Amino acid sequence: MDVRSQVSMVFHLDKCIGCHTCSIACKNIWTDRKGAEYMWWNNVETKPGTGYPTKWEDQSIYRGGWQKENGKVTLKGAGKRRGLTNIFYNPNLPVIDDYYEPFTYKYLDLIESPEGDDQPTARPVSLITGEPIDIKMGPNWDDDLSGTPDYARNDPNFKNMSEAEQEVMFQLEKMAFFYLPRICNHCLNPACVASCPSGAIYKRGEDGVVLINQEVCRAWRMCVTACPYKKSYYNWHTGKSEKCILCFPRIEAGLAPACMHSCVGRIRYLGVLLYDASKIEDVVHDDEKNLINRHLDIILDPFDEKVIRAAKMNGVADSTIHAAQNSPVYKYVKEWKLALPLHAEFRTLPMLFYVPPLLPVMATLKQVDNTEQSEKMNPIAKYWDDNWLYDTSTAELWGTLDQVRFPLKYLASMLSAGNEDMIKDKWKKLMAVRIHRRRVTVGDISNEKADEVLKEAGLTAEQAEGVFYLTALAKFEDRFVIPPAHREQAIEMMDFTGDAKGEIGFGIKSKVRRGI
Amino acid sequence: MNVLDNFFLIALPYIALAVFLVGSIYRYTYKGFQLSSLSSQFLEGRRLFYGSVPFHWGVLFLFTGHLIALLFPRGVLAWNSQPVRLMILEITAFIFGISMLIGLVNLLIRRYTTPRLKTVTNRMDLVIYILLITQTFVGLWIAYNFRWGSSWFSSLLTPYLYSIFTLQPDTAAVVLLPWTVKLHIILAFTIVGLIPFSRLIHFLVPPINYIWRPYQQVKWYWDRRKVRSPRTPWTLQRPKNN
Repeated sequence: MDVRSQVSMVFHLDKCIGCHTCSIACKNIWTDRKGAEYMWWNNVETKPGTGYPTKWEDQSIYRGGWQKENGKVTLKGAGKRRGLTNIFYNPNLPVIDDYYEPFTYKYLDLIESPEGDDQPTARPVSLITGEPIDIKMGPNWDDDLSGTPDYARNDPNFKNMSEAEQEVMFQLEKMAFFYLPRICNHCLNPACVASCPSGAIYKRGEDGVVLINQEVCRAWRMCVTACPYKKSYYNWHTGKSEKCILCFPRIEAGLAPACMHSCVGRIRYLGVLLYDASKIEDVVHDDEKNLINRHLDIILDPFDEKVIRAAKMNGVADSTIHAAQNSPVYKYVKEWKLALPLHAEFRTLPMLFYVPPLLPVMATLKQVDNTEQSEKMNPIAKYWDDNWLYDTSTAELWGTLDQVRFPLKYLASMLSAGNEDMIKDKWKKLMAVRIHRRRVTVGDISNEKADEVLKEAGLTAEQAEGVFYLTALAKFEDRFVIPPAHREQAIEMMDFTGDAKGEIGFGIKSKVRRGI
Repeated sequence: MNVLDNFFLIALPYIALAVFLVGSIYRYTYKGFQLSSLSSQFLEGRRLFYGSVPFHWGVLFLFTGHLIALLFPRGVLAWNSQPVRLMILEITAFIFGISMLIGLVNLLIRRYTTPRLKTVTNRMDLVIYILLITQTFVGLWIAYNFRWGSSWFSSLLTPYLYSIFTLQPDTAAVVLLPWTVKLHIILAFTIVGLIPFSRLIHFLVPPINYIWRPYQQVKWYWDRRKVRSPRTPWTLQRPKNN
């Protein structure tokens, strides 16, 4: 047993309101530099939708992640053979137009234009060429489905769904959607690390953060191709790749990462997981249907004496073990089994887990006649002129799980590598917690019924209370259990990041002169 | 004439080699951030294929060819002792030269006709393009007009280059060569001298290590087992910042 610790995360999708505060917090700290304007280390997507960069989930386009061929697991679009033979031209590299061309507006024109007959306007200009452009895309162009069929209907997760199932989605697309905030997953089997020809990318042993050494990066751009989540970005100005650093300078100082700290919906949880690194290779080679269960199996119980002993042998600090025992992530992922990794089939073993959203699922959509009610209203009052009723007062909750508005297949293709039962299991638990709490607070549900529901979902009343607490009431210290970094000396060797802001990647003081 | 010959065939090579050595070592040691070419594939990803690929494979073959002729002149002469093999070598090299020239011209056109690339282009890029295109063209001209280059390179130029490297410059044979060949030599040393100041530096850092390193890399600030041992005075464990 090779016990290591990993700072990992849970995003509770039921709570995400899609406000993009996380993205802005991240952008303001890390990527408001030339060449990095188009990067969103943290971005929020509307699902169903095409995402950022467009259709990133479709690996037939981008060739990211690992694939299993004849029992061997290899990188799909990079690796030693493919990477080195394509080193002069990477055929699978996304270009700026797959993200969007960064832009600003000529605000000065508003006040400096000479007097004339026309109102001055602030035209959009490209941040690359400086010339006026027509804005065609932005990082969240599919936000809230954007009212057009261009985005939702091109979602790559539909590829395994029948025509009829897709039609169900499309009828609902005006009402049913959810948000998917994404950052780097800091995987256990990172494809970016494996694809880097110069060896600039590495996983930090102490906390598992995946980083790119800007001094060693030689701009071969293989990581951009290899990362199936497209969370490694190429800075076209400095000629180096950059990615989410999990705000490691903040984590080392005991602060939550900026995106998590600023999260309005408080959907984000961060804590330590102990895992068995010796089994990673074994898990990665397993069949697709076993991947998630095997992945969760290598996460170890931090209360187990044997695990603690092995962790200490491996140099894991007592404070880190203690943090692992209090980790909210451990509770969601292992204790309650509520969270799943995103797109496990890419085989990178992502360490960011998602609680599947329940809310867009449980209501029914009925066609009703609203004319009578509309006539009663003041004619100048605003009233709903469509005849749909969004009904959340479903009488028999379990019944609806089999005939949910949101096809299970869709969520399964995102979060459980196609396993629908796994999603159903999470939904049952989430619903059971709600029924349990309704018994406690409203009291219109009988004890027998609530207990039966809990039993069927596999939760005890205490566990349900725990889920409720951590979901609805949790304070800052409950959501972020950050182990002390024990790197007091190391952090002193880091340059002050503020010095380099606006010039080049963080942490380097020299003024940017690109690789000429 | 003699003064010019001495300058271009003796002084220039030494200046270029000295600048190359000192400059490259300095840049490698102190300017790790700049130690690469600035890829523009992210801004223009389609036409690059028709420039970068033919150019790089061409230059890789031709550079290796010149290097082999420099290191194993007898081997090359032995290989060329049969006309068929000589023809195969010369024709292959010529094709790679044309491939290199086509690639360079495509790259030049692409860079100066794509508006987005203006912001990532500097004057040195233009200098390098012009030097490389001229050099490739002169090389092809020589290969076509003064046959067979692979043989007389090994018997004429290899001794000259050796004399340069052994610090006993001997230009007696080289001064008699046509001016195009001299131009080829002069341009070659000029390009070598410009390596530390241009994007050409990236050819010194090919990712050879990738071939045998394991795919995954984990780095520790501390020796994680040692740090917990009571026998280790922790102040001695300086954190190793990658």
